[in-house]
Parts: sequence; structure tokens; C-alpha cells
Amino acid sequence: MNPYAIHAARIAEKIQEAPGIYTFRLLFEDEAVASAFAFAGGQFNMLYVAGVGEIPISIVSDPDRARELDHTIRVVGRVSEVMGNLQEGDTLGIRGPFGHGWPLDEARGRDVLVVTGGLGCAPVAGAIEYIFRRREQYGSVKIMHGVKKPRDLLFRERFDAWRQHPDTEVLLASDVAGRTWHYHIGVVTELFDEVEMEPERSIVMMCGPEVMMRLAAEHMGRRGVPRERMYLSMERNMQCGIGLCGHCQIGPYFACKDGPVMRYDRIAPFLGRDV
Amino acid sequence: MTDRCAFKLPRDRFDDLLQAIRQRNYLLLAPVERDGSVMWGEIEGSRELAWGKADSQAPGSYRLEAGHPERCFEVTHGPQSLKSLTFSPRQKLVHVRCGDDGLTFDSEAAESKPTAVIGVRACDLAALKMQERIFIEGEYADPYFKARREKLLLVAVNCTRAQPTCFCASMGTGPAAESGFDLVLTELEEGFLVAAGSRTGEEIIASLNLDAAGEPEQEEARQAVEACAASQTRSINTEQLPQAMYAAHDHPHWDDIASRCLSCANCTMVCPTCFCHAVEEVPTLSRDESERIRVWDSCFTPEHGYIHGKNMRPATRERYRMWLTHKLAAWIDQFGSSGCVGCGRCITWCPVGIDLTAEVAALLEKDA
Repeated sequence: MNPYAIHAARIAEKIQEAPGIYTFRLLFEDEAVASAFAFAGGQFNMLYVAGVGEIPISIVSDPDRARELDHTIRVVGRVSEVMGNLQEGDTLGIRGPFGHGWPLDEARGRDVLVVTGGLGCAPVAGAIEYIFRRREQYGSVKIMHGVKKPRDLLFRERFDAWRQHPDTEVLLASDVAGRTWHYHIGVVTELFDEVEMEPERSIVMMCGPEVMMRLAAEHMGRRGVPRERMYLSMERNMQCGIGLCGHCQIGPYFACKDGPVMRYDRIAPFLGRDV
Repeated sequence: MTDRCAFKLPRDRFDDLLQAIRQRNYLLLAPVERDGSVMWGEIEGSRELAWGKADSQAPGSYRLEAGHPERCFEVTHGPQSLKSLTFSPRQKLVHVRCGDDGLTFDSEAAESKPTAVIGVRACDLAALKMQERIFIEGEYADPYFKARREKLLLVAVNCTRAQPTCFCASMGTGPAAESGFDLVLTELEEGFLVAAGSRTGEEIIASLNLDAAGEPEQEEARQAVEACAASQTRSINTEQLPQAMYAAHDHPHWDDIASRCLSCANCTMVCPTCFCHAVEEVPTLSRDESERIRVWDSCFTPEHGYIHGKNMRPATRERYRMWLTHKLAAWIDQFGSSGCVGCGRCITWCPVGIDLTAEVAALLEKDA
């Protein structure tokens, strides 16, 4: 199989989540490609806009429903700018899935702590839904999510729906207050003091700004969560998705191929530094 | 130097060897004089080789000078390794058609012409082996690299002359070509010693009816290669790698290097193992077609570590550190052995003569 082969996909639905943030629901045009496609929560696709380029975007939908692939993008660069202007019915390209996703097998029987910030809630969303579909196989679920401003909160309905599951807590924090914000005001790590946790039976999944993940990991470490049971989804310049272009290196790892979800004990020595 | 079944190839029969290869429908590529150095060029016969020339390399310096008038492989190497022949500097990956009915993609690897490379050095064979591990033996096989590699026939030359910038002996990659070639030559006072490294190589030798080499020729070849190894003055102490390089992350010497380094990327372009690349989108003006083109990239560019709003390696200090730490440490963790084969090209072609062997020595000094 040629890892550079791109497959055409149609935008079945485009949802504006927040200013400059869109979710695209994509369907492969080729039936054979669609039926063969399978992914794990936390993996990403390279999304291609003809004449512009490719960007790595996490698949945010449920891995059990791999025919409709949701990708949430934020308009931040050249490719995402053009992608943000695409409409339902337009075609783009998909190459993937790539990388390693969340440790959903290892998490079975454990309490799951999810710590996310900003758009970081997107790459974990599929994994969370995977867990809730098999609710009895997992321990308690605690989802802690931080945003800068109340209007940055995406997936409001998803957070509300998750809250309804048994033995589940959803805690939200915003750096600044807002009229409709009934949750914590402050940074996400302050939520940790509000949750009861049994560190030795917990597994942590984090996604968000690297500084947030680093502080969260250090905090969880102090609470007694073993470093090898904390997982971080890393973001780097990725142009190939298959560990060949060289841009995404973090120490000895390629974030695209060895990650994007990486174990904290392995990556800790290289966080906040270039190699 | 492994003792293979060696044959004597008189100088006046060298062209018979080249023609035997051509008859098998290979283009002949060899180091030919160009722009004051040697570059891979297509040849029809031995006449076009760099007879009577020798290179003189030093940090930041490369000169072609007069060499032994009856030798054609006295030029150790030019800026090119085998890299450009397999990992092309400009490789079309995907052709895209944008029609009314959506997008169609063609990512077939183009068929490449069978090409025989004459005069491949041991360091470059080691580098090719490393690039094969990266591009075709990993989790994802690169079909474009593979298509080019499969069409290569490699005729190695054992080095009998080392440059002051060479340190293959300390990296365990040369100066003798041990494997990974189809044929290997050693240039002697009188003609060449030739041996096969593959079935094709054996067939080519068999077609020439050569005399088996005697002990004197073999001894001459052995001594010449050993003397070449012994003449190397630079080295890298690989014993402490990779840990010592990771540990040197905060060494003040990086600032010293950064004060000299121009971040020009020459070292990564001439490095036979550097594999970083970017992918460019090249649409037609009418935008009904587009191509995805892979081009060599370098960790010395400002874009390399850039991700929306943040540069992981904002300055030369971080970029040089990335390059050297990757080459000598992370590479070992990633691919099982060092990314440096000791060819010395990064020293020669550095416009300010930065010498990685000296920088490594300074970085590994205990007292920072």
C-alpha cells in the first residue's frame, strides 16, 4: 500500500463550533476505501485541499462509526484557512489513519481522567464516546476541560451528554468569567483539587497546550498517578504522517508515528525542549 | 577488507567492464569533473572519468588538483552521495486532477531507468543501507525510493586515499567496501582488482574472462586500504553515544557553535543520510491540476520546527543542536545505529568550516 495515496472524500456536513472552528463530516467517495477504513480514537488523518496542501487533523468521531469521519479544525494557517471556506458537497482528500491513539485497552477496568484544553477536547472525544459505549468495562470517568474564554467552549452538547453517564463527572474551567459561565473560573489544573481520585487505579489522557499538559502531568504525579499511566497527545509540524519527513521529532520519537498519543514517562525528558 | 574471489582487471580492459555493464542496459553514472568538483554524470566509457585528478578537502575547502596521471579514482568524493539517486531531491508523489466530478489522484511511482553507479565509496554504501532502513524497511515502505533503488547497480571502489576530513574508520563504515555492492574495485599501480558482491556482479566478471588475482595484487590492495584507514586524522568517540549527546543538551558550547554557524543547511544537503523533506503543492495556473512534490528540507530552516504560532527551534543554536543530537544520538534510538557514516562532507562543504568531530569532542568534555 502506498502511504502517500490520497482518497477523495465529500464534505457531508460542516458544523461551525465556534468562530474559526469547524467540524467537517467526511465520507469517502470510493466504496471500497470507505468499507476498508478503520481507526482508533486519537489517530489522525492528513486532510488535503487541492492546490493548497495537507494538514494533520485528529479524527474526532466515534471509532465504531468509521464511515462518517468527523474532523474539527481551527483556522490558523494557509491550508486550514482555505479548508474553512469549503462547503458541504465539496471534495477534499484523506490519507490515513496515522499514528497511535489513546490506550483504550489499557484503560479497561481503570478510572479514566481526561484533561484537555482549548481545541484539545476534540482528539479525545472519539475515545470518550468509545468508553461510554462500553461503560461497564471502565471505572469512573472524570473529564476536566479548560478554555480561555467561555465562547471558546466547543462540543457543549457533547459535554452535557457525557455528564449524564453513571459514575461520570464533567468539570469545566474558563480563564475568564462570562455571563453564561456557571463553571469554574481559572485554569484547568485547579479542577484537580475538586475531584476525588484513586491515583493507583487511574489512567490519564491529556490533550491541549503543551504547557498545560506538562503542569497537569506534574500535578497528577504529585497526587500519585504513575508516570507510565499518563498519556499526552502531542502536536508538531507533520508533513508526511509516517515518520519520514523529520519535522515532528521530539527527542528520539516521531510525534506522527510514535504518537501523537505518547506515554508521559517516555516523553517527559524531552518536553519543553527541542531534542 | 574481506577476502573475496578477486580478479585482475588490466587498465586497458577497464572499458570492457563498463561495456559489459552497458550491454545489460544500464546507464553508466560516474564521478565526472564539473564546476571544480566531481558530480555524478552519465558516461559512455572510462575516458570521461577524472583521470589524473585528485581532490584536496579541508574544513570549508574543496579543490581539484593534479593526481596520479594513470589513476581515475583518486578523487575521494564530491558533494553528492548516492542519496540523490534514491531519495530524489525533487520527487513527484501525487498527481491531482480537479474536475467537476471531484478529485482524482495518481500516486504511482514512475519507472526509473536501470543505472549503474561507478565509483561508489564505502561511506556512501553505509549511508545507502541506512536510508534503506529508513525509507523501505520501516513501518511504511516508500515506493518512490524503492523504485529507484531497485534499478541501481553499484560498482564500489575501495578508498586508497583519505581526505583530512574523512573519519569513516572511526565510524566503522570504511574505507573498504564490505557489502551492499554488485562489484568492487581497488585501484592498483597496474590496473584494478575486481570482485563481485552479488550474482549480477559475478556474471559480469565471468563474462570478461579475467585472470584470478595473485597474492601480490591482493596484498597491494590490502595495504593500500589499510594505509588509507591509518592516514585518517579525524574521529568521533562513539563509545559514549547516544547518552552523552542527550546529556550535553544544556552545554554552553552550543552557543559557541551558533556564533559561527550560518544556518545555511549545506551540511544537511551534502549529508548522505539526512532524510528530512517537505512536500510542496504545485498547482497549475488554471487550478484544474496539481502535483504534490517532495523536496529535500533541512532542520536548519526556520520553517522546520514551525507549528502555528510557535517555533520549536527558533534560533541557530537549537537547530544545530537538533541536527547533531539527531545525527549522533536520536538516530541510534530510531534506527539502531549512528546517522553519521564519517564521510566528512559536512566539514568540507560548511562555508565556515565547522567540524562536527571537534564540536562533538568539545560537547562531550566533562567540564562544561
